[in-house]
Amino acid sequence: MAGTWVFVEQRDGNVRKVTYEMISEAKKFGDEVCAVIFGKGIEGLAPQFAKYGADKVYVVEGDVFAQYNTGAFVAQMAAMIEEYKPNAVLFAHTFNGRDFASRLAQKLNAGLATDVIAAEISAGKGVFTRAIYAGKAFAKVEVTTQPILATVRAGVFEVKENPAAGEVIKPAVVATQANVYQNIIEFKPTVSARPELTEADVVVSGGRGCKGPEGIKLVEQLADLLGAAVGGSRAAIDSGWLGHEYQVGQTGKVVNPTLYIACGISGAIQHLAGMSSSKFITAINTDPEAPIFNVADFGVVGDLFKVIPVLCEELKK
Amino acid sequence: MKVLVCVKQTFDTEAKIELKDGKISDAGINLIINPYDEVAVEGAIQLKEKGIASEVVVVSAGSDKAMDAIRTALAMGADRGILIKQDTGADEYARAVAIAEVIRSEDPNLVLAGHVAADDGSSQVPTRIAEILGWPHINVITSLEIADGKVRCSSEADGGSQVTEVKLPAVISCQVSWNEPRYPSMKGIMQAKKKPVATVDAVAVENKTRIIEYFLPQAKQAGVKVEGEPEECAAKLADFIKNTAKIEVKA
Ligand SMILES: Cc1cc2nc3c(=O)[nH]c(=O)nc-3n(C[C@H](O)[C@H](O)[C@H](O)COP(=O)(O)OP(=O)(O)OC[C@H]3O[C@@H](n4cnc5c(N)ncnc54)[C@H](O)[C@@H]3O)c2cc1C
Ligand SMILES: Nc1ncnc2c1ncn2[C@@H]1O[C@H](COP(=O)(O)O)[C@@H](O)[C@H]1O
Repeated sequence: MAGTWVFVEQRDGNVRKVTYEMISEAKKFGDEVCAVIFGKGIEGLAPQFAKYGADKVYVVEGDVFAQYNTGAFVAQMAAMIEEYKPNAVLFAHTFNGRDFASRLAQKLNAGLATDVIAAEISAGKGVFTRAIYAGKAFAKVEVTTQPILATVRAGVFEVKENPAAGEVIKPAVVATQANVYQNIIEFKPTVSARPELTEADVVVSGGRGCKGPEGIKLVEQLADLLGAAVGGSRAAIDSGWLGHEYQVGQTGKVVNPTLYIACGISGAIQHLAGMSSSKFITAINTDPEAPIFNVADFGVVGDLFKVIPVLCEELKK
Repeated sequence: MKVLVCVKQTFDTEAKIELKDGKISDAGINLIINPYDEVAVEGAIQLKEKGIASEVVVVSAGSDKAMDAIRTALAMGADRGILIKQDTGADEYARAVAIAEVIRSEDPNLVLAGHVAADDGSSQVPTRIAEILGWPHINVITSLEIADGKVRCSSEADGGSQVTEVKLPAVISCQVSWNEPRYPSMKGIMQAKKKPVATVDAVAVENKTRIIEYFLPQAKQAGVKVEGEPEECAAKLADFIKNTAKIEVKA
């Protein structure tokens, strides 16, 4: 059992940054690092993984892999694990990654650590740190089966260029249409020129204090100046000012940006669950007692309708 | 059609977490149904109200305390419950095995669950159950329709949303945006007391993971808070963004 495998998270050849984060981190374990990619028309991507440290790239091409479907992906990965016997396989903790890893783990009768924020992997041993109770506590957990399986939270590991050979290997394709049990009728991409919430370096979020679409517009203006993603508290989502996919928090998305700007958000514990691990937190709120100030590195007590426009001007200077 | 709902009892999302003897302390903690599972219960009851489901069975694995979660689901309108007595230290694998065993004997057409537990944040158990049973699954659904022996759901996906259809029987895990769970009525609470709840022992299997330790986050250092004229405050915040957080401003 050798090698740390990183499963490449991509759609239509667009690779998620978390893939490179995992490859960079995997280098630290000293073992051979292999990128594993399933898809259609994806062979040309191999050098990208080599750039960040992939010693090998397992490329699995085929119509059945054109988009993620649990059945075919699990059948293919299980066969490859059987053949090549990696020590560990890392997935991104995305919707697809967690779906894939859970079903694979059960097929292999194996343990799995999901949404990990720290990893120590050596031969036959994998110890992971994960947030529990929505970030109010942490658990260090060992996966006691092999291969060691984990899904990794986006944005916690640093991407480092570290060129390696990136030898392309083409494993036997065993998955067929017969393995597919989910009929994906339609995929509707979120159309937004802004970065994805879970991958963004800066997130600007609006809450009930935005009072309506006009307040959200200010939040968006600020976001665009900073190349940021837009998020919202549940109050903003429930009010219909933003779609559900923008919710940050316990029942929304967990974000991990360098900078989080909370505008008109009180800082309820369920909201903090989704953003408290941001590197820098700032807040604009009229209430000096708002709990968001307990976690803010920099807080402005003030009216967002007055502060944001001036802030935008100041930033442009 | 018989619908089975998996409910996990979790800490109230407001709960303050403390450690005692190296373990998470549940002293004085208000226990609730995992919020996602409440949505699953509501979805099942609505299927019954629409005449699609004939029976709604709720299943929870855990200590005797989990009986409260089952009673709450019964008060909302589920028909009967099954408490699987299991050590609360059981990991996702062991829980999935225990729950799948009960599902096998109940033989429902549809299993609904939450897509993640608010306490362990694992997002594993429903998918594992589906694999054990050899059934298809769809995760993180936001709508559900049943027709011609199939279930069709919208679900959240990476970079968008999607519509997926699978054959029944299937395991479906829910996102909170699917529906708004009802509060149990007084009548519902009274009726729940008379509804049957069976208790079974979990099949004994070993965990595939081991908790080494629990720890709490480090207390955050107090930050800077400025008050006063918006112009002045905004200038200071701009300075923080540019020079401390080192964020580049787009032209
Ligand atoms: C099970 C469960 C799960 C939940 N999950 C989530 C979740 O995922 N995400 C989430 O966000 N919430 C979640 N919540 C809801 C959460 O408890 C709060 O209700 C919610 O976060 C409040 O949103 P808010 O801060 O925008 O609104 P409020 O709490 O109403 O705060 C609005 C803030 O705006 C300030 N304000 C008002 N006017 C202005 C102004 N002009 N300028 C500046 N500031 C102003 C006010 O002082 C106030 O602090 C959940 C709750 C439960 C029970
Ligand atoms: N002990 C349990 N009893 C019943 N259902 C559970 C249990 N643990 C997990 N589940 C179900 O699986 C879902 C996901 O849980 P988890 O994989 O722990 O995040 C929950 O929302 C429940 O529906």
